[in-house]
Amino acid sequence: MDVLKKVPVREQDAKERATNFAEVCLGYNKEEAMEEATRCINCKNAQCIKGCPVAINIPGFIEQVKNGDMEKAYQVISESSALPAVCGRVCPQESQCEGKCIKGIKGEPISIGKLERFVADWARENGIKPEGAKEKKGKKVAVIGSGPAGLTCAGDLAKMGYDVTIFEALHEAGGVLVYGIPEFRLPKEEVVAKEIENVKSLGVKIETNVVIGKSTTIDELMDEEGFDAVFIGSGAGLPKFMGIPGENANGVFSANEYLTRSNLMKAFDEKSNTPIMRGKKVAVVGGGNVAMDAARTALRLGAEVHIVYRRSEEELPARVEEVHHAKEEGIIFDLLTNPTEILSDEKGWVTGMTCIRMELGEPDDSGRRRPVEIPGSAFTMDVDTVIMALGTSPNPLISSTTDGLETNKWKCIVADEANGKTTKEGVYAGGDAVTGAATVILAMGAGKAAAKGIDEYLSGR
Amino acid sequence: MYKIMKKQELAANIYLMDVEAKRVAKSCQPGQFVIVRMDADGERIPLTICDYNRETGAVTIVFQTVGAATKMMADLKVGDYFHDFVGPLGCASEFVKEDLESLKQKKMLFVAGGVGAAPVYPQVKWLHEHGIQADVIVGSKTKDLLILEKEMEAVAGNLYVTTDDGSYGRSGMVTQVIKDLIAEGKKYDVCVAIGPMIMMKFVCLLTKEYELPTIVSLNPIMVDGTGMCGACRVTVGGKVKFACVDGPEFDGHAVNFDEAMRRQSLYKTQEGKAILALEEGDTHHGGCGNC
Ligand SMILES: Cc1cc2nc3c(=O)[nH]c(=O)nc-3n(C[C@H](O)[C@H](O)[C@H](O)COP(=O)(O)OP(=O)(O)OC[C@H]3O[C@@H](n4cnc5c(N)ncnc54)[C@H](O)[C@@H]3O)c2cc1C
Ligand SMILES: Cc1cc2nc3c(=O)[nH]c(=O)nc-3n(C[C@H](O)[C@H](O)[C@H](O)COP(=O)(O)OP(=O)(O)OC[C@H]3O[C@@H](n4cnc5c(N)ncnc54)[C@H](O)[C@@H]3O)c2cc1C
Ligand code: SF4
Ligand code: SF4
Ligand code: FES
Repeated sequence: MDVLKKVPVREQDAKERATNFAEVCLGYNKEEAMEEATRCINCKNAQCIKGCPVAINIPGFIEQVKNGDMEKAYQVISESSALPAVCGRVCPQESQCEGKCIKGIKGEPISIGKLERFVADWARENGIKPEGAKEKKGKKVAVIGSGPAGLTCAGDLAKMGYDVTIFEALHEAGGVLVYGIPEFRLPKEEVVAKEIENVKSLGVKIETNVVIGKSTTIDELMDEEGFDAVFIGSGAGLPKFMGIPGENANGVFSANEYLTRSNLMKAFDEKSNTPIMRGKKVAVVGGGNVAMDAARTALRLGAEVHIVYRRSEEELPARVEEVHHAKEEGIIFDLLTNPTEILSDEKGWVTGMTCIRMELGEPDDSGRRRPVEIPGSAFTMDVDTVIMALGTSPNPLISSTTDGLETNKWKCIVADEANGKTTKEGVYAGGDAVTGAATVILAMGAGKAAAKGIDEYLSGR
Repeated sequence: MYKIMKKQELAANIYLMDVEAKRVAKSCQPGQFVIVRMDADGERIPLTICDYNRETGAVTIVFQTVGAATKMMADLKVGDYFHDFVGPLGCASEFVKEDLESLKQKKMLFVAGGVGAAPVYPQVKWLHEHGIQADVIVGSKTKDLLILEKEMEAVAGNLYVTTDDGSYGRSGMVTQVIKDLIAEGKKYDVCVAIGPMIMMKFVCLLTKEYELPTIVSLNPIMVDGTGMCGACRVTVGGKVKFACVDGPEFDGHAVNFDEAMRRQSLYKTQEGKAILALEEGDTHHGGCGNC
């Protein structure tokens, strides 16, 4: 064993997985996990913990893995995280925990994410569940949205003894975990549904098909339905479009629509009633996780797929692992390329996309070098489907129907980072609804902080 | 789960159902819609709210069988359940928010084509309950496909029924009736037209000539109905709007109908096309003068 390298993780073969929706990464088995754990030197002043937004006691749980005591390892993780099977799979570890790991200086960092995933999967398979509250507080809290922020906040509050109800607009709970991130990265039945079952087993009620701001309002929940506090975890679901000519042609979709059809509505399955466009040649515009997910979904539906991104590979915001997997599967990367128009035939169907080549200029506000057009470099890609994955922003449905709830210029709800407090008494918020599109673990961290904030507020009364 | 309290076949392939959905019944307004799912792996189907009872918690929907999902829905019986029933979605009709006194000064004309009578009904009823009598034109292809006539009669100021084939009421498309009424000297301040896209398009072309402001209710393809997917985007006055949150009602004179109709056909598979051709034949009750 090369101590400088991670124990390799088993994956589905790239050629094979390009034609199915089963999970790409197969994860460690017990032996592999224990072997990887021995690489961790149990640092006194562990840097990895500083890289984890919820500060999991990483050396602590890895120590238990080393000893083969997976149940204890799970307990250590559970102190800080409610969705380890999810985070182990989707956290951008390279820029968080693993990015800070001391072993990464001379070799490869400890495979923290894969170990966390192993422990969580083991606990699930062995029927280990988080413990519920011993005593009830007799107070009601409403949680809006069932994504990672809402689930975490609800779970924590239930553990403290609050009577919690989650209100979810869609027909299924899970937020982006069910409608956005595809099956091949995050299995819905085995992983997400089970994590939601865990939250329910703590006594949390989930009422689906309730759109807060339409079906009822925050004020009604507090004044008429007797909720003592509210947590808003409604995410950042509004898709952006480029505003270029031809964007309403038949065959142009937001990544949200495309992924929702495939993930939530199971359109990838021929038996599903929900249709999805099975293009021959697909361009996905954007370079984040959402773009990778849309691209790899289109590939699995049989298309030749191009990622069109206006900056260079270095700036791709997606997780490194996703970019790597996408390339292995045969996604073509057209970098430093920006679309300018979508072309369509006389019936309005997409026939191509005009693009212009870019080069990197001076750094912009984000510190990344600004892409600038190369004059005279326009060309046309012949594609029949275009998927826009340009980022999302919070839905104004709630903020526009709740008096006294302040938002900033990006329509994000203004909330205190430490405890989730908003400008409206008794109302807390966190996750993408506050930060704009971010990550699962940050949303979870915000849900946790808000649960604490709500507890302080309700016990102070 | 949402219980079906009542079911009625209004005409061939057009059904009315009362569904128990307390939250929706409590907060809905005319102009809004719901999305329903029959079972755990059902399609999400948007349907306009046709009536509601705040006391019993019942919401009335009227639907026409178009494709696989609506056909299966037609087989549901009283006592069965919808798996999902979410709403109310979209914005309420503008007049609901208007000052009642100034609204009373206005003369309103409603134009309903086919199943469009269902969404028109709660609006006319609301006005009636607030002491405002609106004129209503209801068009259908033929007598057998006419729906909600009695209900409409009870709440409308004047009701003008027309059939394309002249089998009942007046004869001809709804556009002809608009022309006739205006020729008879009727004056209107606002027109609300709801029906198949093509009908709304031609009503708008006509009312533009009369400079009669016209509101239409668009029914593009939708997925979530909350602004999350963008499937429902339509162009109104050169701007992209999401029908599910910005609408479904828009200024008809500003709507790009050709694009909207094109986008509606996005998932028309060969089979879907055949079903539609078969049945839209029936609903092309009105007004376009072209087909
Ligand atoms: C395709 C895709 C891939 C991603 N990949 C990764 C990844 O690999 N790693 C990573 O860390 N992050 C990833 N992210 C980002 C991550 O998923 C989000 O940051 C995270 O889910 C945010 O959690 P949240 O709880 O704030 O909101 P969400 O997960 O968005 O959940 C919000 C929930 O609230 C509901 N809701 C909204 N409005 C209302 C309302 N008015 N009433 C009731 N309910 C409402 C929504 O339906 C939704 O279920 C990805 C995102 C997408 C879209
Ligand atoms: C806001 C809104 C309100 C609506 N109100 C009503 C109503 O009150 N009563 C009613 O009968 N219908 C209404 N519709 C239309 C109704 O939703 C469609 O007829 C239904 O979704 C078709 O479903 P299906 O599965 O049976 O057919 P599918 O098998 O899905 O489709 C059959 C064909 O219809 C096309 N189609 C799919 N969705 C739509 C759509 N939204 N509009 C038009 N064609 C579509 C498909 O492309 C397909 O070719 C409304 C639609 C919207 C968006
Ligand atoms: S939650 Fe994410 S960042 Fe924290 S240790 Fe686990 S994988 Fe790393
Ligand atoms: S920094 Fe790396 S080696 Fe040190 S405790 Fe954390 S995971 Fe182990
Ligand atoms: S239906 Fe998805 S945004 Fe309107």
